[in-house]
Amino acid sequence: MSATIPVAETPLVRFLLGRADDALILGHRLSEWTGHAPILEEELALANIGLDLIGQARALYAFAAEAEGAGHDEDDYAYLRDEGQFRNLLIAERPRGDFADTMVRQALYAIYAEMFWQAASQSTQRELAGFAAKAAKEMAYHVRHAGTWVVRLGDGTAESHARAQAALDRIAPYLDEMFDAEDPSLAGIVPDVPALRPGWDGAVRALLEEAKLSLPDVPFPQRGGRAGRHGETLGHLLATFQHLHRSHPGATW
Amino acid sequence: MSEERTPLWEVFIRARQGLAHRHVGSVHAADATLALQAARDVYTRRGEGLSIWVVPSAAITASDPADRDELFEPTASKIYRHPTFYDIPDDVGHM
Repeated sequence: MSATIPVAETPLVRFLLGRADDALILGHRLSEWTGHAPILEEELALANIGLDLIGQARALYAFAAEAEGAGHDEDDYAYLRDEGQFRNLLIAERPRGDFADTMVRQALYAIYAEMFWQAASQSTQRELAGFAAKAAKEMAYHVRHAGTWVVRLGDGTAESHARAQAALDRIAPYLDEMFDAEDPSLAGIVPDVPALRPGWDGAVRALLEEAKLSLPDVPFPQRGGRAGRHGETLGHLLATFQHLHRSHPGATW
Repeated sequence: MSEERTPLWEVFIRARQGLAHRHVGSVHAADATLALQAARDVYTRRGEGLSIWVVPSAAITASDPADRDELFEPTASKIYRHPTFYDIPDDVGHM
């Protein structure tokens, strides 16, 4: 068995790992549709979107490795950290659920991520800014694709509407966490995250209105992902995801 | 999903250097918007195109294979329709 690595987390490393983990975990959730999607066309679409996210994770892990300077690489971060060391948002790790769960979560996250990377493309850190500009373009397509489906599910049949609304009700407690501020010492490098909220609210309101869905009131929003406090589903995901690498270190094919 | 809910669409893509859209295959999709996205996801994964058309397969009127003899066979003997008898001046270059 390969041992868990310690990570020296400066605020910058922590930020980069958080964003990389969002992309990796959500990308993995999308990969779970492979072989299970309703139609071949959608299977490829979900795999494409998942691969976009995993590609983003790789780039961000590389930035984190450079910032940490401990000789770790992307595989070390992905495969050799334990659940409590993962810094992803809780929304990313929620189970893939049914097709409505996947599309509703994807649309709400992608709208956020497009705005985040758009803002991050103004970062004073040039490499990060360059990456962010590219990531924002990928997210714009995810918004388009998932948004198209949310409208069709929400404003579709009675069954699809009920399932889309149920999916929205299930994911709603995990939305606020997306807007938690990053460490103040990173100002300039990292966008002002809470400031993204009004734009996101507006875009989501327009989408949900078109989809005839309504965002429920959430008395107790859930958070803690960035601090490593995860739901029970992340452990199961990591067991699947890390098992091979930990049992056969350095395995190639 | 049923054929009725997600009918077939023919996909045409214009390649990077291409002048015309070429038929590349088909996708199933519930409507034109989703058909366009499906075509993007299925047929342009490796940077194949810069423009996509999708057309409902049902909108295509095709010739009947049984009519092949009367439609196409007669042209085989009309070699004068192939402009291979002309001497093209060198100055014209490649035509």
